[in-house]
Amino acid sequence: MRPALRLLARRLPVSALLLLAVSLAVFGLLALSPGSTERALLGPRPATAEALDAIRHRYHLDQPFLVQYGHWLGGVLRGDMGVSVQTGEPVAARIAERLSITLELGLYATLLIVLLGVPLGLLAAARRDGAADHAVSAGAVLAVSAPSFAVGVLLLYVFGVRLGWFPVFGAGEEGWDRVRHLTLPAVALALSQIALVTRQTRAAAIDVVSRDHLTFARARGLPGRVIWRRYALRNTAVPVTTSVGLVLAYAMTGAVLVEVTFSLPGVGALVMESVSNKDVPVVQGVALSAAAAVIAVNLLVDLAYLALDPRLRQAAS
Amino acid sequence: MRARAGDLAAAASLVTVGVFAVLIVAGGRLAPADPQRGDLAASALGPGAGHPLGTDELGRDILSRLLAGTQDAIVGPLAVALATTLIATALGLLAGYRGGWADAVVMRCADFAHSLPVGLLTIVVVGVIGGGYPMALVTLTVLAIPADTRVVRGVVLAQRGLPYLEAAQVLGLRRTRIAIVHLLPNVAPTVVANCLLTFVYALVSLSALSFLGLGSPAGSPDWGRMLFENRTLLDLNPWASITPALLIVLAAVSMTVLGDRLLDRALDRSRT
Repeated sequence: MRPALRLLARRLPVSALLLLAVSLAVFGLLALSPGSTERALLGPRPATAEALDAIRHRYHLDQPFLVQYGHWLGGVLRGDMGVSVQTGEPVAARIAERLSITLELGLYATLLIVLLGVPLGLLAAARRDGAADHAVSAGAVLAVSAPSFAVGVLLLYVFGVRLGWFPVFGAGEEGWDRVRHLTLPAVALALSQIALVTRQTRAAAIDVVSRDHLTFARARGLPGRVIWRRYALRNTAVPVTTSVGLVLAYAMTGAVLVEVTFSLPGVGALVMESVSNKDVPVVQGVALSAAAAVIAVNLLVDLAYLALDPRLRQAAS
Repeated sequence: MRARAGDLAAAASLVTVGVFAVLIVAGGRLAPADPQRGDLAASALGPGAGHPLGTDELGRDILSRLLAGTQDAIVGPLAVALATTLIATALGLLAGYRGGWADAVVMRCADFAHSLPVGLLTIVVVGVIGGGYPMALVTLTVLAIPADTRVVRGVVLAQRGLPYLEAAQVLGLRRTRIAIVHLLPNVAPTVVANCLLTFVYALVSLSALSFLGLGSPAGSPDWGRMLFENRTLLDLNPWASITPALLIVLAAVSMTVLGDRLLDRALDRSRT
């Protein structure tokens, strides 16, 4: 566990600093948004002198920018991200009520990436230069750069409207209905990452089966099954971890696009509603939480590398 | 066999890019109808006489709007790609060749940008601060520079120990001169390939922003915006949203294939 602690000791202060910088930028959004800050925070309520005064007092608007920032940051650290301009509810509560859909979508997409990307990559590597390899590799080229929202509309048309296999709107009820509703969105979100994992798994597997120790293993008569499961599969763990980390980091951006495409009431859709309603505190809350989540995931991915790859453990200690 | 499949994909991509180039120049003139003229009596028609791809909700001709949108779809991303490449190449040369504090500063900034949800930040910045299309272009450029700088720095580092650079130093040439006259041509293949991939990033991001109603102005025949506006017409005239989606995918995939291929070549060359 030594290398892990050393990694944490080195990375945690950097992560904290990074988060501090992001929080300053996110807070600055309010000052940079067009129009007066009081009006922006007042929202649709009538702009009476008392109301404006109350806002000024509540957000310390008569004080310098950095003091305002300090008050806001203190609140955030205590879990208070302010109040939604649109509904008057706490920002944290508004995010929490939308979070489950986005988390389920991200989890579904991650499952698809691992359960489709790894087997396809191994298949392509095992049938190297055969028809299956060509088909998989060509598909990966197409899928890797295809943007999620364009793919989403095409999926909606083919599988929703033409074939009628999947619902075209909303998130459905909890349970099996939810899975059906989230299938097309999860595919749209995962597609480019599935292609990436397939490519990397293929490259990693081809690399490891051409090594001397596996030639020796084959010469000793180890069955191909053992070689592929025990050696090739294990060596794909690092690229797969990288991609899962990437998809979690990218999930928030992807979620905005995919949730808008499929009319899902998740955090991504909340961002767009808040942007169009000029509900700056909610936008700030989501942006800051998303940045914190991405920083945490990056840290976890680096820790996972240490657990997966003994070479990295040695290099670190 | 592999090489041949790759050649085929590259050739197909080259043809696709060529077609897009023709459309940029001639797109508006090829349009059969006025892309902005609506006709509510002909709302959301399927493909038929006079409208090869049908019409949108306001009765505007889809094919004409797609053709009129080609220029914006390509020119904006091109501007982002060129600006990013120019700045990232300068910073990459500085970081990779000069090293020292310049390297440290540039690389810390690159790490910083790497560990943030860049796409979400673009949406938030353009959405909250406003500024429309120019703001979208600037934000995308700023957020793309760190990653590209890292790529350029990587290839510059690989050149550092090579004899031609040592020879230039022994001759007593100035460092800026060495960097621009001698180093730059040797990293140029990678820079060009990477510029193509940056173009794809910009194209996808800009159409994503338009899809969300940010960036391109309302009513403009932007592919991303058409995709969003016509998405509700999937049962009446599916072509209204399928064709912009296909064009975005086609442009992104063909440029990625070309960029990847050039990048592979450039890396092979720099290794030998």
